Formats: sequence, structure tokens, C-alpha cells
Amino acid sequence: MATVKTFKINDEDVSGREDETILQIARENDIFIPTLCNMEGLSSVGSCRLCLVEVKGWTKLATACVTKIQEGMEVYTDSERLREYRRMIVELLFSEGNHICAVCVSNGRCELQDMAQILGMNHLVVPYRRPNLKIDASHERFINDQNRCILCTRCVRVCDEIEGAHTWDVMGRGIEATVITDLNEPWGASQSCTTCGKCVQVCPTGALFEKGKSVAEMSKKREFLPYLTSMRGNGKAK
Amino acid sequence: MKTIVIDPVTRIEGHSKITLHLNDDGEVENAYFHVTQFRGFEKLSEGRPFYEMPSLMARICGICPVSHLIASAKACDALLAVQIPHAGSKLRRIMNLAQVIQSHALSFFYLSSPDLLLGMDADPSQRNIYGVAKARPDLARGGIRLRQFGQQVIELLGGKRIHPGWIVPGGVSEPLTAEKRDEILKGLPEAMDIAQRTLAWFKFILPRYQEEIRAFANFPTLFMGTVNEEGAMKLYDGKVRVVDANRQIVHPGFEASQYADYIGEAVEDFTYLKSPYYKPAGYPDGIYRVGPLARMMVADRISTHHAQAEFEEFHKMDEWQLQSSFHMHYARLIEIMYCIERIEESLRDPDILNPRVRAFAEPNSLEGVGMSEAPRGTLIHHYKIDENGLITWANLIIATGHNNLAMNRGVLQVAQHFVKGNALQEGMLNRVEAVIRAYDPCLSCSTHAVGQMPLKIELHAPDGQILDTVAR
Repeated sequence: MATVKTFKINDEDVSGREDETILQIARENDIFIPTLCNMEGLSSVGSCRLCLVEVKGWTKLATACVTKIQEGMEVYTDSERLREYRRMIVELLFSEGNHICAVCVSNGRCELQDMAQILGMNHLVVPYRRPNLKIDASHERFINDQNRCILCTRCVRVCDEIEGAHTWDVMGRGIEATVITDLNEPWGASQSCTTCGKCVQVCPTGALFEKGKSVAEMSKKREFLPYLTSMRGNGKAK
Repeated sequence: MKTIVIDPVTRIEGHSKITLHLNDDGEVENAYFHVTQFRGFEKLSEGRPFYEMPSLMARICGICPVSHLIASAKACDALLAVQIPHAGSKLRRIMNLAQVIQSHALSFFYLSSPDLLLGMDADPSQRNIYGVAKARPDLARGGIRLRQFGQQVIELLGGKRIHPGWIVPGGVSEPLTAEKRDEILKGLPEAMDIAQRTLAWFKFILPRYQEEIRAFANFPTLFMGTVNEEGAMKLYDGKVRVVDANRQIVHPGFEASQYADYIGEAVEDFTYLKSPYYKPAGYPDGIYRVGPLARMMVADRISTHHAQAEFEEFHKMDEWQLQSSFHMHYARLIEIMYCIERIEESLRDPDILNPRVRAFAEPNSLEGVGMSEAPRGTLIHHYKIDENGLITWANLIIATGHNNLAMNRGVLQVAQHFVKGNALQEGMLNRVEAVIRAYDPCLSCSTHAVGQMPLKIELHAPDGQILDTVAR
């Protein structure tokens, strides 16, 4: 039986099971911590770094989505330093790809766009990279536009952990990293893809979307995920 | 050889300059209209899914995004190769009419009425929409209200005034509600009243501008515009008819998909704007004009009551008068009237509330052309896609482009008539700009100045020495 831990978030007393993360307890207590890679029903990877929080006495910042709670810890989710870091992370995401909201299928329904607004990112101080990335429209139902990918890897995780197909994975390193289908083959030629569309629904931006959608028309349905996770009893997903 | 440079040309939409080349006697020998900006939309759309094209292409223009939405969506309809539901095309048509109203109101009241009301030689500090508001508040207010009406119709239909995403391949994304229909209907009587009053005033002041009418791009050219099978003026769909300067039919009407057989595009090294020409007549003899005046010239009639009466009166003018691009203003006001009447007709059709407004399909054709009449003239979008629906090639012919040859010739004519290089006066140069304004060119379609932009004209001697300067 899991032990209950009591600690503080933003000077308020909170408690949770020892196997829970700071992010989970914050959400239970309606305390907002921004994140783009985390998604309820999927495993946590701590890759977007937006959920960084300060813990009293710790020299390093902690990623709230993968850091387990500890008795007596004092967590701070909001400070000028955190706001600055988070804004910079979102800025770098915008500068890295080609995020042209005005003509994007997910305009108005995009988690990256929402995050920029929440964090007050209204311009870039770093130059745009403007990479020349190809669009994979070979799939009969879906399109993969890498220009809008932020490498959250939700597609990789949902495909592996929930659908069990593991069509998606990450190829390359650093700035060259990219999500691929099968062994970097066209999505339409994938032998493993079941065309279930879960990857499209969990994608936070307009990187994965349904064919035939025009600008601002792509709304994503995610209610299925916690249900499917519990039905599968998937140990990996937390 | 001396050169006068008007840079930038003001009260137009976009960036351009004019150079006037004088001979040793100070007479204008040649004139060029330079479009100094480059956009690259045809190139940047390559590789994009064609479903994005209407909204992507609408970004060409902040004044007439609806025109691009429509021509682009029609090109995409051709890629889908489907028949779009009737209510869908009727709703698109209403938005196009509203677009023409607001754009014509912008051109006439905001950009050109200062010249017409206050005079070509008026003090430049007063020769703007604020000057008009001071001299004739009713005229300025009417113009602002008319533009607002057009924009409100666009907003009611598409959710926002600029770049609505409502027009999509296959139709429109949302049907019309009875409440919105009634809201639009409520605004029509006031809009009609403003249109009628303004047209009456314009006809009253016309005699003052006989010299301008004679010299403002008044030369024979071909005219191109869209008509239906019966020869009535059309803005949304129809065939493109070509007539000569005497309104004799040169081509009875070609389909959008045939445009490349009839329109060639020449490139000149002094401007980024291509110079389209009527292919059968060759270059540059195939010079033609599009837009409000051209539509009056190609059509046999207008299908609505009030506009038809004005159309008949318009054609009572002498033949030499009809050649003048100055009358684009006149034609614009008649078209505003037509659009208001046509919106009412369309809204009274019970089928307009039909919830079936969009056809869904996968691409069934790898090439598609869409065409419609934008406020400034015939607009053509032509796309090719690969098997996956990604754009491989795009070609656009924007209304202002069609008029490029005529604008250049118009600048030369008006400059030769009014500019005497040995004694520069601001009013002379304003007339050179005003001939361009008559075409209401949409050069970038994203910027437009209200007479406050600094305009500097320099007269250079052959050795580069500045002989004279006129500054605003």
C-alpha cells in the first residue's frame, strides 16, 4: 500500500501517494503547471521542459511531470525565473519549426498557440530557422506536416502504449531529430500502421491532421485516452 | 534626358513608384509604372496540401481576401471535381458581393474622393479622407458606412472581416442562419440610399473633369470581364468575354480552364508585376483592361433593376468618353448598386438557409483553375497537385496584373498631357498618381496610405544633379 506524503506547493499544504508526481498533485489541487509533452493516459517523458518547478533546497530545477513527491518538500510553480525559462522554451519551439498559425489547420485549437498566449510570448528574440521540411501526405486519411512538429513524442507513445503498433519513433539527434513512421518510410506505405488515428488526436499542434481539413478546422478528440488506458491496464502509462 | 521619380505612389494599395523621363525640351518622353515589391505566393505554396490554399492565398490581400478565397476555393473545387451544393455557391456569391461593396467603397471614398471632391490641385495636406470629412461630412460618413456594411456582411457570414476561413474547397463551412440573414437584410436600405446619393453627386461633378476624362488612360484597348450565357454582368461565375474598344465581341466567352489559350504573361525588367496580354493579338498589342469599366464594356446588360437603369445611362456617354479609365469610378458606383440589389435577391431565396453547403471528396483531378471577378477585375488561380494532394505548381493572375500594360500606357498619357518638366507643380504629379488610383490597383493588397505618406519627386539632370524637388 502506497504511503501518503505531505508537502507544500506554493506554500499550501497538499498530499498525495508516494508514487505520484508533482504535476499530478498540482492538477488535483487546481494548480496550473504548463506542459506540452505530458498527457493523461500516456507515460511521462519530461521532454518539453515546460513543467520545470523550483524546489526549496534543490540546486536544480525539477520537471514536475516525472519528479515523484517527497515528504516535506516545498515546491514553487511560478516565479520570474520560471516564467522567463518557459517563455524561452516556447519561443525556441516557434523558431525551430514553421508555425504559421494564421494558415494552420489547428489555428484556435492548438496547444502550442494556447501556451504562447498563456505564457505571454508575443514575439521572438531568436531568429526563425525556417527549415525546409517535407510534408508526408501519402497516408489515405492523415497528413504529417513536420513543419509543425514540436517533438513532444505523444504520437510515439500513444501508438506504442495504447494501440500497440509502434509505427512512430524518433530518428536523428538534437536539432535534426524527427518523428518517423516505420523505418522512415512514407506513412502510406507503413506495414504497422492500423490507421486508428490516435496519433492524430493526441498531437498538440497541426503536425498530424486529417486530410480534407481546411484552416482552423482540425479539432482533436482526446476523451478516449484515459478510458483506453484504464481498459488496457497499461502499466507504462501514468 | 531628365527623370522625375514619384516614389512612393500614395493612396493606393501596395508599393510602387513612377518614373517620368523627359527630353531636353522638358516634355515627357516615356513613363514607367514600377511595382517595387515581390511576394512569391506561387512558390511558397508548393508542397502544401491543397485544402490550405484558400486561406493561404487569402493572405495575398487584406482588402480583398474574399476574392482570393473564392478564386482559390473554385480552383480547389476543380481539383475535387465535384458539384458544390447550390446553397454553398449562393452563400459564397453573397460574400463576394459584400467584398466588392467594401472594396469599391474603400477605393472611391477613402482613396479617390479627395481628388474628386477637393480637386486635383488641392492642398495635399487636406486632400485626404479627413479633408473630405471636413468639406462634406455626409459624403465621408456615407463612404465609411458603406464599407462597414460590406465588412459586416463578411463578418456575419464568415465569422470575421479579414481572412475569414469560411470559404473552403467544396463550398462553405457553415450554413446561414435566419437571424444573420435578417440582420443583413436590415442594412440594405441604408446602403442603397448611400449608393444612390453618391452616384447622383458623382454624375453632378462629372462635367468638372472633362480634361481628366480625356487624358486619363483614354485610349482604345480590349476589355475583359465575366458574363453569363445571356451576356449579363456576373461577378462569381460565368465565361470571360473579350470585346474591343467599340464593344464588338472579340471572344464570346472562354471558360476558366481555357485561360492559358487566351492570356499570355510577359515579363518586363522594370517591374515585378507581369504584363498579361490577350494572346491572339500578341504582345504588346494584346493590351486589355479588366475591372469595373471593363465589366460595363463587356456586358450587354445588368440583371438588377436600379443598376440596369444606371448602366443604360452610362452607355449614353460618347464613345470617346467610355475609353477613359477615369470612368472606373463611375462604373464602381454602379457596381455597388448592383451588389446591394443582388445580395437582397440572393437572401430572399428560401434555399439560402439550406444546411447542405459543402461537398466532401478526395481530389479527383490533378489540375484545377478557379476564376471569379474581384473588385479590380478577373482573378485566376491555377493549381496542380500530386497524387497525395500536395501543390506542385501554382499560377495566379491577379486583376491588377491584367491592367499593368494599360496602367503604364495611362501614366504616359496623363504625364504627357499634364506634366511640363520645366515647371513642376504638385497638382500635375497628383494627376499622374490619380490615373493609377482610378485602376484601384492592389499591389500588395496589404498596405494602403491615407495621403500622409511622404512623397518626394526629384528632377534629375543627365549628370545626376538634382534640378528640382517637390515634396509633400
